[in-house]
Amino acid sequence: MKIHEFQAKKLFADAGIAVLENVVATSADEASTAYDQLGGELAVVKAQVHAGGRGKGTIIECPEQHGVQIVRSADEARVAAANMLGNRLQTIQTGAEGSVVNQVLVEAGCDIARELYLGIVLDRGNKMPVLMCSTEGGVEIEKVAEETPELIHKEHFDPHFGLQAYQVRQLCKKLGIEGSTVRSAVKFMTSLCALYVKLDCSLMEINPLVITGDGDLVALDAKVNFDSNAIYRHPAIAELRDISEEEPTEVRAGEAGLSFIKLDGNIACLVNGAGLAMSTMDIIKLHGGEPANFLDVGGGANTQQVTEAFRIILSDPNVKAVLVNIFGGIARCTTIANAVVEASKEVGFSVPLVVRLEGTEVEEGRKILEESDVELITATDLTDAAEKVVAAVG
Amino acid sequence: MSILINKDTKVICQGITGKSGGFHTLGCREYGTQMVGGVTPGKGGESFEGLPVFDTVEEAVDATGANATMIFVPAAFTADAILEAVDCGFDVIEAITEGVPVLDMVRVYETVRASGATLIGPNCPGLITPGECKIGIMPGYIHNPGKVGIMSRSGTLTYEAVWQTSNRGFGQSTCVGLGGDPIVGTSFIDLLKLYEADEQTEAIMMIGEIGGTAEEEAAEFVKEHISKPVAAFIAGKTAPPGKRMGHAGAIISGGKGTASEKVKALEAAGIEVAQSPADMGEAVERAIANKG
Repeated sequence: MKIHEFQAKKLFADAGIAVLENVVATSADEASTAYDQLGGELAVVKAQVHAGGRGKGTIIECPEQHGVQIVRSADEARVAAANMLGNRLQTIQTGAEGSVVNQVLVEAGCDIARELYLGIVLDRGNKMPVLMCSTEGGVEIEKVAEETPELIHKEHFDPHFGLQAYQVRQLCKKLGIEGSTVRSAVKFMTSLCALYVKLDCSLMEINPLVITGDGDLVALDAKVNFDSNAIYRHPAIAELRDISEEEPTEVRAGEAGLSFIKLDGNIACLVNGAGLAMSTMDIIKLHGGEPANFLDVGGGANTQQVTEAFRIILSDPNVKAVLVNIFGGIARCTTIANAVVEASKEVGFSVPLVVRLEGTEVEEGRKILEESDVELITATDLTDAAEKVVAAVG
Repeated sequence: MSILINKDTKVICQGITGKSGGFHTLGCREYGTQMVGGVTPGKGGESFEGLPVFDTVEEAVDATGANATMIFVPAAFTADAILEAVDCGFDVIEAITEGVPVLDMVRVYETVRASGATLIGPNCPGLITPGECKIGIMPGYIHNPGKVGIMSRSGTLTYEAVWQTSNRGFGQSTCVGLGGDPIVGTSFIDLLKLYEADEQTEAIMMIGEIGGTAEEEAAEFVKEHISKPVAAFIAGKTAPPGKRMGHAGAIISGGKGTASEKVKALEAAGIEVAQSPADMGEAVERAIANKG
């Protein structure tokens, strides 16, 4: 689960991790007032969307406005906020439609001596979280990882013990951090790793992490993601979810207990099991088609859930054909067959439907389909199914 | 022979009185597995379909001599259930449960490894030695005793591979679903060692997917240490980056964990890679022919 920068910074501040003074504004007037309240010579107005690349991104309705703007008066703050709020910010991560800006963060300026990159992720190989730091702050870290991986310094930490002070001192040597700044770094980084563990995060990223003229570390940006499987033990974090940032059909699928991801193609698929669902997309592509979605109905899905799954995939106007691929294990072919009949009655299939059933209760499932008046194309195996659905799209 | 489990394996179910735990306990027993009891705290002394229920795993082991356990408890209690099983000295611990917080697995991983127990999962379909012992949720009837060892990060895709190898008359030695989470108890490499040493296993099928580097590491290991034919398939060639494809572990992040990187590493190690999910059975056949 993702949250906004302003929410992440609040979590940081509450945990004693240094951030700049800031105010959230939902209107141009509030942004103007916020500027005066901060009282500095300048401030930064930052669009609050989940996507990264905001500084280079542009507002679709106002192309000269970027998602991050330095302002030097209350009026400038008002204008920048007015350009952003209610409009859509398009960045490299949003796609062409952009994301609607509902809040801006107005933040005080600061005296920047150095910029670093800091990230915390799970290292699946070492089975431990890892803190990564680089002197190459402020730029695309993926590029640094690709071209000069030796400039990214890493320290793993055990959640039982947390990051140790000596590990930060080791990092400081490699980053060229000296003197009293080392003490600031120890406090900053150990607190951050403790927060990562405490809140069951899956990602923390601060880019840039700034060393001020006074030698203190401050988080200029803040990106925090959480492990969705652990949200149940953090009800306050669950409250921070912003559904407007998510794909509506994916939210709807989630509510029905389905795992769904919307894609750009025109062949919808309905599959049981994540691996088989991915492979079904792959085999559609292999035969020259384009999948419209990833959809895993899971093992325990009932007829209502599968019917809802059909409603969701058929609501996509791009969809020109549907491929149902089921290898019944816990999921029974009869459940799927009943859902096909149900969905056909309720929503109707205006596009060709290819069905491949195998596994638990397959004979009974095929019989249900044969005895119904649903028009469908049956397939005997995976390749046959892919060929038939690609041919159906034309 | 086979790996990890056989007709002598005695199995309990942690969470036996739950809906799924009960349902699959019966499914395993029907298949022929020696299900000897179960555990549900607070229900000790009761019985479930003729099987004794205990409050603690310790009591269950003392009373039944079980050496494998199948965990069906809710995600929030899975770490506790795994540690309880470790404490009781099981050879094989299998966690079917989906949705376990990843830091819980970080916390228990080292303890499990240090104990010498084999943890399969979490978020997995289980394991099966056809004709002898099934501990998990897979449909038993598609399997046949035979020579292919199948290991996989996915459930239904494993069924597909089982089906295709059964249709070709190969059968399977032992099939293991490793689980779809970022951290699971057993790696491809752990199983490659077991399959290599197992007489019944004559060929190995590895089913991977996007995310992480487990397949690349396995490829390196195969190149150095495995003499038996190995075939593989990687799911998720068309998966977009940054999106979790159902499994918590199936995600391309920071440009890493793509299917094409994995396929490249596998091919470089001389592994026969199936080009489509329909090609898995044939890939095993090609791998065997290549080694022949």
